[in-house]
Amino acid sequence: MYRYDEYDHAMLAERVAQFQDQTRRYLDGKLSEAEFLPLRLQNGLYVQRLAPMLRVAVPYGLLSSAQLRKLAHIARHYDKGYGHLTTRQNIQFNWPELMDVPDILAELAEVEMHAIQTSGNCIRNVTTDHFAGAAADEIEDARPWCEIIRQWSSFHPEFAYLPRKFKIAVCGTPADQAATQVHDIGVYLLRGDDGETRFRILAGGGLGRTPVIGQVIFEQVEEPHLLSALEAIMRVYNREGRRDNKYKARIKILVRETGADRFREKVRREWERIKDSAMKLTGAEIRRCQSFFSGPDYVQRLNGSDALEESLRNDAEFALWHRRNVRAHKQPGYAIVTVSLKQTGLAPGDINDRQLDFLADLAERYSFGEARISHKQNIILADVEQRRLHALWRELGAESLETPALGLLTDIICCPGGDFCALANAKSIPLAEEIQRDFRNSAELEEIGDLSLNISGCMNACGHHHVGNIGILGVDKKGEEFYQISLGGSSARQASLGKILGPAFAREEVPGVLHILVDVYKAQRDPGEAFLDTYRRIGHEPFKQSVYADHH
Amino acid sequence: MPIIIDQKAILRQDRWTLLREASGPEVLRAAPGRSFIVPLDFYLRYRGLLDEYPGEKGVWLDSHETPEAIAGDLANLAIIALNFPVFRDGRSFTNARELREHYRYQGEIRAIGDVLRDQLFYMARCGFDSFALRHDQDPETCLAAFRDFSTGYQASIDEPAPLFRRRHDQRQA
Repeated sequence: MYRYDEYDHAMLAERVAQFQDQTRRYLDGKLSEAEFLPLRLQNGLYVQRLAPMLRVAVPYGLLSSAQLRKLAHIARHYDKGYGHLTTRQNIQFNWPELMDVPDILAELAEVEMHAIQTSGNCIRNVTTDHFAGAAADEIEDARPWCEIIRQWSSFHPEFAYLPRKFKIAVCGTPADQAATQVHDIGVYLLRGDDGETRFRILAGGGLGRTPVIGQVIFEQVEEPHLLSALEAIMRVYNREGRRDNKYKARIKILVRETGADRFREKVRREWERIKDSAMKLTGAEIRRCQSFFSGPDYVQRLNGSDALEESLRNDAEFALWHRRNVRAHKQPGYAIVTVSLKQTGLAPGDINDRQLDFLADLAERYSFGEARISHKQNIILADVEQRRLHALWRELGAESLETPALGLLTDIICCPGGDFCALANAKSIPLAEEIQRDFRNSAELEEIGDLSLNISGCMNACGHHHVGNIGILGVDKKGEEFYQISLGGSSARQASLGKILGPAFAREEVPGVLHILVDVYKAQRDPGEAFLDTYRRIGHEPFKQSVYADHH
Repeated sequence: MPIIIDQKAILRQDRWTLLREASGPEVLRAAPGRSFIVPLDFYLRYRGLLDEYPGEKGVWLDSHETPEAIAGDLANLAIIALNFPVFRDGRSFTNARELREHYRYQGEIRAIGDVLRDQLFYMARCGFDSFALRHDQDPETCLAAFRDFSTGYQASIDEPAPLFRRRHDQRQA
């Protein structure tokens, strides 16, 4: 992974000192609440319902064992013993004391971490597919490009006071597990006819109140021009994005109101001006960044493992976990393991200090000392030898981290919701738990197969409900919590936005409705067909009719 | 009169008079020889008169206005002031960079309006070289802002090579 040099270290130390000074001036009454607000947000500090919340940046989701241990330490000493993995591959702490925050930031800096630009109207932490660099079918490793973008976007002097927050995802896998098309900017890596890397760049995607799939702004940008292409989009947005209404300030509204063609033209004009400036990337810089991700020291000439085959034959529980949570690796003899954090009874994405330490240790012993956070709020050990999978699985069981849930209905994406968040209209965590309790039979879940279920506690859509195959949105009706269900969303390559099923339900009704939806699917599916494909084939009506016929 | 920081020092005497609003050209006749910064619409309307005006002149742009409107006249303008109606309106950062990088404007670029200590460092990186501080800002504290960071990743006006180029040069040396 990327290692800081003296420049990165210097800027991080300066940022910590800067924020300490700003906090001091705020506490001394020399900085107003309104003036301090964007400063603290751009340092990851929110004021929540019960306590401040500190969101720590995990650039493109990648963590070392040392960093995991530091996060465990922070959870233990400054929080109530746990953290929460976010849909932007970050980790947030919900219970720090405001006065401890400078110390936390100083501790994070020791392991090259921080909370910079995890909030506020600036360019946020760049994300990617959590299998980057490991997926068997990968086009190109996105991480070096993420690092290049991380540096360009950090402390960018022109874009720290944008109309609204700005999120960039980069994806080099065909599957696209980065939700690339629902980002303010989405970058796809592809191969040009000459075999060279190209970038297809989309802009104007997003979730929130107005979900939109991004428009292609550049079909094929060549390597040296990545940053100028991004900067051209940012500049048009910074200048023309709406600042009169917070709810219309995202770039998706600008692209829609301007029209994609005219927006593209404006960006092209800006790009022509700057593409050959000093920000043009050099081959040396691209190779330097790639060198940090050249792949760990894999054992060569490992082939399929006889020991693995035997374990799969003899241990049905292991075989189920392997089928669900293990994916193909590009290096022969290796596999990608997803450690599910979706055990029933724990909030999706919550992780405690013991588990963080435990995973740091497992990462060290099984996966070259690195782990990743996925936007689906799980932890990935990306480089595990196949012959050691069974041993790893048994160790995971010791901390109840062996849930074979990846991609199943219970692998729920869920925002913190009304239990924590001041914006929420409804609680989301208790609903996720009820659903997990209701669908606890693993054979039944396995029989349902791939089905994404995403829950947001309000229309800001932190739980990505628009792009769940089944999406659930918490709404407030005269002070009571209700849940609106939508169907057919997906954040993969064939991205689509969910369509609302009909009137919302009370919380206790939701599991029953899910059973009806699943029953319709099971009755109508072709052999081997996933929920989303059946939905796309048969449409909305059969689901709607069954749900509301039974309901009233 | 606001306190002005110019070239990272407190300016003892500011020769510029900022006309926040100006209805007619009589203001020019009332004080001949004075150095005025006029609003864009005034400038566009009375450009002929301003050409004959003996004193120095500059224009101020609000955050929704763009340098394109005065692109042809930049050589005759000793100063361009860029307004921050509120400190979190970031459009003038873009205007400053565009003036420097695209139009190669060599004159003074001044930040006016809601100009606060914690935005000064980024302003300087975007090409501002003078700063009319909001009345409640402590000038000494503001001077420290220019030392918030020792460098930056991006190409900027005060450091035209982005860090990746400087790193490379350093390795070659």
